[in-house]
Amino acid sequence: MDKKKNKFLSNKGFVLFGILALIIVLVAVFAPVLAGGIDPTAGSLADAIMPPDAKHIFGTDKMGRDIYARVLYGARISLASTFALVLVIFVIGTALGVLSGYFGGWVDAVIMRLADMMIAFPGLVLAIAVAGMLGASMRNAIIAIALVTWPKYARMARSLVLKVRHTDYVYAAIVTGSSTWRMLWKYMLPNTITTLVITAATDIGSMMMELAALSFLGFGAQPPAPEWGSMLNEGRDFMQSAPWMMVYPGLAIFITVVVFNMLGDNLRDILDPREE
Amino acid sequence: MNKNAILSRLLQMVIVLIGISFLTFLLTYLSPGDPARNLFTASGIMPTTEQIEEARKMLGLDKPFFTQYKDWILNCLQGNFGESFMLHKPVTELLLDRLWPTLKLTIASAVLMLLFSVPLGVISAVNHNKPIDYFVRAITFFGVSIPNFWLGLMLILFFCVKMRLLPVVSSAGDFKSLILPAVTLAVAMTAKYTRQVRTAVLEELHSDYVIGARARGVSENKILWGNVLPNSLLPLITMLGLSVGSLLGGTSVVEIIFSYPGLGNLAVAAITSADYFLVQGYVLWVSIIYMVINLIVDISYNYIDPRMRLRR
Repeated sequence: MDKKKNKFLSNKGFVLFGILALIIVLVAVFAPVLAGGIDPTAGSLADAIMPPDAKHIFGTDKMGRDIYARVLYGARISLASTFALVLVIFVIGTALGVLSGYFGGWVDAVIMRLADMMIAFPGLVLAIAVAGMLGASMRNAIIAIALVTWPKYARMARSLVLKVRHTDYVYAAIVTGSSTWRMLWKYMLPNTITTLVITAATDIGSMMMELAALSFLGFGAQPPAPEWGSMLNEGRDFMQSAPWMMVYPGLAIFITVVVFNMLGDNLRDILDPREE
Repeated sequence: MNKNAILSRLLQMVIVLIGISFLTFLLTYLSPGDPARNLFTASGIMPTTEQIEEARKMLGLDKPFFTQYKDWILNCLQGNFGESFMLHKPVTELLLDRLWPTLKLTIASAVLMLLFSVPLGVISAVNHNKPIDYFVRAITFFGVSIPNFWLGLMLILFFCVKMRLLPVVSSAGDFKSLILPAVTLAVAMTAKYTRQVRTAVLEELHSDYVIGARARGVSENKILWGNVLPNSLLPLITMLGLSVGSLLGGTSVVEIIFSYPGLGNLAVAAITSADYFLVQGYVLWVSIIYMVINLIVDISYNYIDPRMRLRR
């Protein structure tokens, strides 16, 4: 345990970006405090489209809402929905992959043909179609992206399971009467978990961008929710007169994605010694 | 790949296409929007219940699900993808109109991507862990982390609004209006591909035969150009196929930002107004193009890698 701790803490990059990621999470949690009690969805038209000043340090949008408060609250939506998405993909993908690899036969055939179908296809196209057709909401955006991303995890989990499926110790465990559930849980899953956790960690950034992209297109979070992607979409019409409306939400996405990408990369370096 | 392999790939493609078509059809069927109603509201009429019923009959929406699906598929096989509710034109015609601009955009950004990522990746790999390697890696890092829709908006803000160098709206179809969308689309892919080139070349550089060649006194240049680069070509071409696919799929965001008259722009409009046949047609078309690209990539192995020809 001690040794493992050192491995994480001795990696400067991981510590640095871990702290930065923690700060972003804290910003999301304490958004009401940091926003100083300003309601991100309330504004008066008298304050509409004000450039950044002492009162509204990021300016206001077309409805007179404070962009600083909206960016802070946006962290809540972005982080919560991204974590939910990654968790959903991780659980579904891993479960299906492990089942597929362990049982083989028709279970494997059905799951993997489904996966092939989703992979033989440009993901975002289908995600847009699904999100749009199900009706625009953050929940449907999550469903849409999950639907096109799970095969990546399932394939990975399956190949990792197949590596150990036909080894002696696995057969020995079956012969000595381990239940199927125990085989899956104690023997198969642990073999997949490290690689898949790394993948999930490195995917956080790109999943966040895809969710924001769907919201930007109008298929994700709906106004007046303070979501970064949809804020950018609103700001687009005021590009000439009020560039601050899209500069700050965009920076927020960019910074958050950089931090989580870096964190994921460093995590991979720690957990996966094969990479250099 | 021999004939049999290609045939089995084609068969696989057909199965995937059936699956995709079923999925999109199911989605539009489950979708809360009502195309019969939209037919009227699109032209500003508030329809009566009877009018909606009549329209549903006309569109075949009153039939059971599988009958609808069967009718649609049979029509598609004859090249008839239905008619757009929104624009009152055949889907095929609408998609054909938009296909070339999107392909142009995809090709332009793929060319940009290759122009930058291959040299950068090779330089980075050859100078492994030297300052220039770190520099390239840092750039690719920002490249993959920057959301393309924001990058596009910032480019417009800078080049079109502030500097007034390029047109804001790219509908003219000339070269100038292609620059910014292509750059926006290319940045993320260039960053990703640079990394892949770097990894592929690095892997090759660390293989035993390179060490052997060095020991025999073969010059670094000769090793790089004669062995390493040709050998790392194969994985790179596979990834190129996938990259072009994601470029193709990723165009809609960029097309919307630049009001570029491509497939993605049309598709988003179609989805918003529940123009089902158009959405279904779009999804099928893009998946066909994507699969054809990947098939071409696989077939090209034959010519690039002699080992593939020997394999049964």
